[in-house]
Amino acid sequence: MSSFLAYTIFGLFSGAAYAIAASGLVLTYTTTRVFNIAHGAFGMVLSYLFWDFSVKQGLPIWLSLVLVLFVVAPAIGWFIARFVAKGLGEAPVSVSLVVTVGLLVGCIGFATQVYKPEARTVLPFFPETSFSLGETNITAHQVITILASIAVAVGLYLLLNRTRIGTAMRASVDNPELLKLFGGKPEAVATLSWMIGISLAGLGGILLVSTVGLDTYSLTLLVINAYAAAMLGRLKSLPLTFLGAMGLGLLSSYAPVYLPQEGLIGSVDNVVPALFLFIVIVAMPQAQLRIGQVKGIVSAPLPSLPKALGWGAALLVFVALLSGTASEANLLLVGTAATYAIVMLSLVLLTGYGGHVSLAQFTFAGVGALTYAKLDEPNLYGLLVSALVAAGVGALVALPVLRLTGLYLALSTLAFAAIMDKMLFQADFAFGFNGTLPAERLSILGMSITSTSGYVFVMAAFFVLMAFALLLVRRGVIGRMLIAMRDSPAACGTLGLDMRWFRVGLFAASAGMAGLAGGLYAGLRQSVGAAEFQFFNSLPLLLLAVVLGVTSVTGAALGGTGLMLLYNYPDAQGLLFILIAVGAVLLGRNPNGLAIYLFRLGNWLQGRLGPVLLSRLPALPADDERPASRNDDSVVEEDETTVTSTVVAGRPAGEPREVPAHVAR
Amino acid sequence: MSIPILEVVDLHASYGRIEVLRGVDLTIPKGAVMALLGPNGGGKSTLTKIISGQKAPTSGHVHLAGVNLRDAAPEDLARVGLCTVPEGRSVFPNLTVEENLTLMSYAGVPAEAVLETAFAYFPRLLERRKQLAGTMSGGEQQMLAMSRALASDPALLLLDELSMGLAPLIVDELYETVAQIAQSGVSILCIEQFARTALRVSDYAAVMTGGRIVATGEPEEIMATMSDVILGGAA
Ligand SMILES: Nc1ncnc2c1ncn2[C@@H]1O[C@H](COP(=O)(O)OP(=O)(O)OP(=O)(O)O)[C@@H](O)[C@H]1O
Ligand SMILES: [Mg+2]
Repeated sequence: MSSFLAYTIFGLFSGAAYAIAASGLVLTYTTTRVFNIAHGAFGMVLSYLFWDFSVKQGLPIWLSLVLVLFVVAPAIGWFIARFVAKGLGEAPVSVSLVVTVGLLVGCIGFATQVYKPEARTVLPFFPETSFSLGETNITAHQVITILASIAVAVGLYLLLNRTRIGTAMRASVDNPELLKLFGGKPEAVATLSWMIGISLAGLGGILLVSTVGLDTYSLTLLVINAYAAAMLGRLKSLPLTFLGAMGLGLLSSYAPVYLPQEGLIGSVDNVVPALFLFIVIVAMPQAQLRIGQVKGIVSAPLPSLPKALGWGAALLVFVALLSGTASEANLLLVGTAATYAIVMLSLVLLTGYGGHVSLAQFTFAGVGALTYAKLDEPNLYGLLVSALVAAGVGALVALPVLRLTGLYLALSTLAFAAIMDKMLFQADFAFGFNGTLPAERLSILGMSITSTSGYVFVMAAFFVLMAFALLLVRRGVIGRMLIAMRDSPAACGTLGLDMRWFRVGLFAASAGMAGLAGGLYAGLRQSVGAAEFQFFNSLPLLLLAVVLGVTSVTGAALGGTGLMLLYNYPDAQGLLFILIAVGAVLLGRNPNGLAIYLFRLGNWLQGRLGPVLLSRLPALPADDERPASRNDDSVVEEDETTVTSTVVAGRPAGEPREVPAHVAR
Repeated sequence: MSIPILEVVDLHASYGRIEVLRGVDLTIPKGAVMALLGPNGGGKSTLTKIISGQKAPTSGHVHLAGVNLRDAAPEDLARVGLCTVPEGRSVFPNLTVEENLTLMSYAGVPAEAVLETAFAYFPRLLERRKQLAGTMSGGEQQMLAMSRALASDPALLLLDELSMGLAPLIVDELYETVAQIAQSGVSILCIEQFARTALRVSDYAAVMTGGRIVATGEPEEIMATMSDVILGGAA
């Protein structure tokens, strides 16, 4: 009995800390409509800073707390509100999510750069003090945490219901324009809520850090608890959020003790928060469609078929040249980039064309890789089965969340990915705990491809073929339906299109593409493990895909290359982070990502350089008396190739400008 | 003559490439009530958006009590005494009546005074102080909206189609309130489709169509000469 009490106390303590963090998340979401995926990451960074101030610099604990919670955290919140999150609430979910994913990646990048791995400990507050409660003890730190959560709850209640600025916070969600006419300042209100939100993330992190340890990833991932609690309150009710957090704290505390420890069930306690999140989202009532809202995403230009063919061929030639010269290690990297690029193609279909955000694409790739390795049929048949199994899993995920849209859908895929990662992939019948499985290279029609260079070429060929298939789909009826549903789901509903089953198909197709990439990857590496498909990796994947252009095939090619560089070239990281930051900010203006600027550059060059070259080149045979027209023809051809190659330089991309999409529609 | 409270000079505005205001000139003397009439799509709401600072003009000037309003933010204008009641329901549907009234204190009058004035004028609001504004009837919502005009003692009041979607009886009631506000010396620009109702409370009237003011004058003159435009021709 006393041990039960001890677990209860521990559960209440962690629940209280989750509640503090979760209420910060809810506060920013309700006032700005931006769901801050990076909430936990900020808690993590602030915990590191707390360690820095209190342990490394040796400042008194209270001063460090004040500095972190009342100076640094509000400053970060102010910065985000002013420069990052402004206007994001109105943007499509894929954009607002991706920008905060960018913040998350930035936080982790910051923490890993500044705080190199070493042993660090943060002691609990008043480590010596505890009070006895019957046969068990409750530490002063635990008491402080629970009291702090009560203080936060009361404080937020008073702020939101008893003060004018708090009322203005709720008003600005409804109608910021009207608030301005009242004389209120929606921007100041948003800034305040970001400041408080980040500060609460920091408080939650600091209260937990003595238990969790100062670890970048575990601290960041604590946020799943906050997501889950916030979801129970439907992202608006603070009391329900607190209830959810407490329940989750207790569940996580009891689960390792009272659940059987064998088999698949034994690993449930690793995924309690993710499971809770998934169940809460699935059980949520119908998410409302925003009626009458047409999202003004200008579609990326769709290339004409000959152009796409030309670019595809150019990419293949490029890879062929590369595979002739590069070393084995570099070839593996090119293959990895191709894998990422194919997974990003699956996002082009799902997110770019379909408008749904998935945070589980790597998990689908993992399913593909697992199937490929287990099946031990290293041929097209095996690859096809891998893709089909992944597609089936994709459909399975989409089914329970049929009714959900936007943010809820994205978070449910995140929860699903976490569950797969922690439970299934690490199970004995799958990759095994920390284990790997051998896989053989593919053979096509009886011809086995053993050399790495050949295999990489085949992967590039798969990318090009799938990109083609995707462009064909986009041009057809299905493509038009996809775009229509993305831009105005409500209107499609009134037209009688059943979007839900269509969406299951879409998810399945996208998961299948990712699964195929996973199968190819298994063959490339010849041994794969769960570590390569951690759910967390789907976040940078989505980030790079969207930043570089999730609405175009070119974006996928660039994104795949970028992600590979990010993971494997520490020297390139700084540059990539700048690129990502710029891209993420530009997303607010044009959700087509950086690729669109590339297309514009191409157009511009064609418009600019074209006439210039045109006027120069004929100057040579100026005294030639032959009819000008024939001359001009050849010149035009010549300088088109010139322009093209300028754009190609270093960009093995698949898709140039051309017919604007609305023409094709 | 003293400085007019509002002076609009050769104002042009457009949405994208479509020019909606094409040289609007309008003057409201201090303390006067001006009715602005005209067919749908004439640009009346656009004009209020520009005066209240929600939209930037492409050219031209707006002076409020002699001060040029170039680049002024709507919240700042609201704090110096410009009260705008925009088209449609201008209350926060998910806040209670009382909370809506509390927010009206941003215009400079303490919250207690706002509550007191509002409840004195509209006892019905007192009964419903804890009700969400969005769940009240359209007429009650407009009463709540009018409370801001009443309580904040503005220098200029912009009313854009108070009557939208309301029964004539309630419209008359609301215009009683407008008349009362006018009597306290507040200058009002009042945009209305119910021309007769609006003209009854106003000192001057102007007719706007096609992005220009095509006539100004006393209410009777306007009624006599422009009745074809304001009573339905163009719409
Ligand atoms: N946000 C907008 N984008 C594009 N055009 C607009 C926008 N708002 C108004 N317009 C156009 O500007 C013109 C003037 O509109 P405005 O709302 O000012 O007219 P109004 O005189 O208030 O009409 P009503 O009596 O119907 O309220 C209309 O042709 C309208 O279509
Ligand atoms: Mg109007």
